[in-house]
Amino acid sequence: MSSLHDAFARAKSENRAALIAYLPAGYPSEDGAVECIAAMVEGGVDIVEIGFPYSDPVMDGPTIQDAVNISLEGGTKSATVINTVKRVSELGVPALVMSYWNPIERYGVDAFAADFHAAGGVGVITPDLTPEEAEDWITSTNSNDVDRVFLVALSSSDERIAKVANATTGFIYAGAVMGVTGARTSVSDAIEGLVAKVRRHSDLPVAVGLGVSTPEQAHEIAQYADGVIVGSAFVTAIKNDGPAGAKALAQALSQGLSR
Amino acid sequence: MTVDEVVSVPDLRGHFGKFGGRFVPEALMAALDELDEAFRKASVDPGFIKQLRELQVNYTGRPSPITEAKRFSQHAGGATILLKREDLNHTGSHKINNVLGQGLLTQRMGKTRVIAETGAGQHGVATATVAALLGLECVVYMGEEDTKRQALNVARMKLLGATVVPVTIGSRTLKDAINEAMRDWVANVETTHYMLGTVAGPAPFPEMVRDFHRIIGDESREQMLSRYGRLPDVVAACVGGGSNAIGIFTAFIPDASVRLLGLEAGGEGIETGRHASTIVGGAVGVLHGARSYIMQDDDGQTIESHSISAGLDYPSVGPEHAYLADIGRAEYRSVTDVEAMNAFKLLCETEGIIPAIETAHALAGAIEIGKELGEGAIILINLSGRGDKDVETAAKYFGMNL
Repeated sequence: MSSLHDAFARAKSENRAALIAYLPAGYPSEDGAVECIAAMVEGGVDIVEIGFPYSDPVMDGPTIQDAVNISLEGGTKSATVINTVKRVSELGVPALVMSYWNPIERYGVDAFAADFHAAGGVGVITPDLTPEEAEDWITSTNSNDVDRVFLVALSSSDERIAKVANATTGFIYAGAVMGVTGARTSVSDAIEGLVAKVRRHSDLPVAVGLGVSTPEQAHEIAQYADGVIVGSAFVTAIKNDGPAGAKALAQALSQGLSR
Repeated sequence: MTVDEVVSVPDLRGHFGKFGGRFVPEALMAALDELDEAFRKASVDPGFIKQLRELQVNYTGRPSPITEAKRFSQHAGGATILLKREDLNHTGSHKINNVLGQGLLTQRMGKTRVIAETGAGQHGVATATVAALLGLECVVYMGEEDTKRQALNVARMKLLGATVVPVTIGSRTLKDAINEAMRDWVANVETTHYMLGTVAGPAPFPEMVRDFHRIIGDESREQMLSRYGRLPDVVAACVGGGSNAIGIFTAFIPDASVRLLGLEAGGEGIETGRHASTIVGGAVGVLHGARSYIMQDDDGQTIESHSISAGLDYPSVGPEHAYLADIGRAEYRSVTDVEAMNAFKLLCETEGIIPAIETAHALAGAIEIGKELGEGAIILINLSGRGDKDVETAAKYFGMNL
């Protein structure tokens, strides 16, 4: 079983949800990102999602778009992402990559899975790849022992949830709002229902993200989901206060995870 | 590859060979399925077909004529250049064909709001027009750079009651307008239809938009046979996303004797890297929901495209064009800004027709292929749009004092 599995199991044994934090590689710089992630982990983050910066992030709102632009303008390449995975894995925390599909396809589907695994990475989230288009990816992730995380949305039919659940390994990512990334004052009431539907099709952990930014939201989600995913709020905290801001937010969110 | 196989693309999941497909957030899958179902039902519903036909005739003004460009032809090696006059459609370009179809589908799906991206503003104007006609709320995303290049069309959209949102991120052109439209769609998909303006994007858009535009080629083929008693030797059109080109190509795909020629925007020249010729100078990748030829760097980041023509300034191309190029059924060439502007001026001065700068790329290609084929050859060009919107750009380009 992977360290990803262990992280969810540990959170469960502590009667809480796991905290999953997102940060784009190369933001605010290559070293800065690793430093901030180390601070998040100190603050209580269980699993780290490293964003693969991409020129056309259609699922991201302004906060992450800005961070990604800063990263790309700073010279972030595919190699930066793999290197960041390596350094984050060395911190002893499960490292995932979240990437739009084209950078992976350009890298080479099999090569990416192999290099990612060699760097210590455990799983890859692909927000614009659905199981229908993932034939090569499923083969490559299977043969390189990499978890592949697909998403379910509030608009997903039961049939689609079953399809996604069937193709996913590691955990299932449930989008809490219909829309792009970015802090919201409230998440949809429907998300609890979505998580329940997913559970009818899968025994995998279910983590909830998109729009989640506060300890109160984390607490609410922790009552029914296995993981809480926070992205834009970490970017904002780092923009304002650097690693200290990242750590403080992780600590605050950790307080909200208990059941 | 037999002709029948070519005609039967895409497959059930929207693949044209290895191209096309659906690379979108899960949140959009339900909406794409809904659209696909609505489109398939409507395609065989006599009521829908009749309603669309009525609008094509009495609102757009179809069929559009074919004009023989006699004086222009003298500059094209003596070949006969024929112009399919999509510029005479209501709103001034071929774009109306697609939005009428999608507008009616929007109503059938019970949605009340449409969004669109636009580059040159032609699709934005067409969308705003149909929204006004059908009583739909309309928001058009347009790169800030393009709102400046195409100020006249911005004013037209506003007069038609649409909200125009200038996009200030990225390269501030068509690609970024599409990104913003997709973000809007993900958030508002329950009430909103995304009226994508070209044969790109996730399935079913490339197939659906093609089918709404294929009337251009269907009419042309009939007009050729009844007036000239033969098919053209070459059918040519400009290609950005590729909707006008697919529109005129489709009817001729089974006619093996007809060469299909797509003219991409060469900007300052392929060798400079500042161009928008994705088939001629790009590589296979995924952008905006489909696999096609795209402009990208070694890390898979999109490279900004460049063209004097806002409507061709796009770093991807419809997947069916990528497929037609791969199987060799259509040929694609690149036309620079300079060549396009020379052809633009030539058409103005020899035929009394001011074409869109997009269309001028096809005219430049016609001159080139006309010289290659010489006398006796018949070249049919899709005159996809009129150039009123480009008057300011052209005047500046030619150093005229206004």
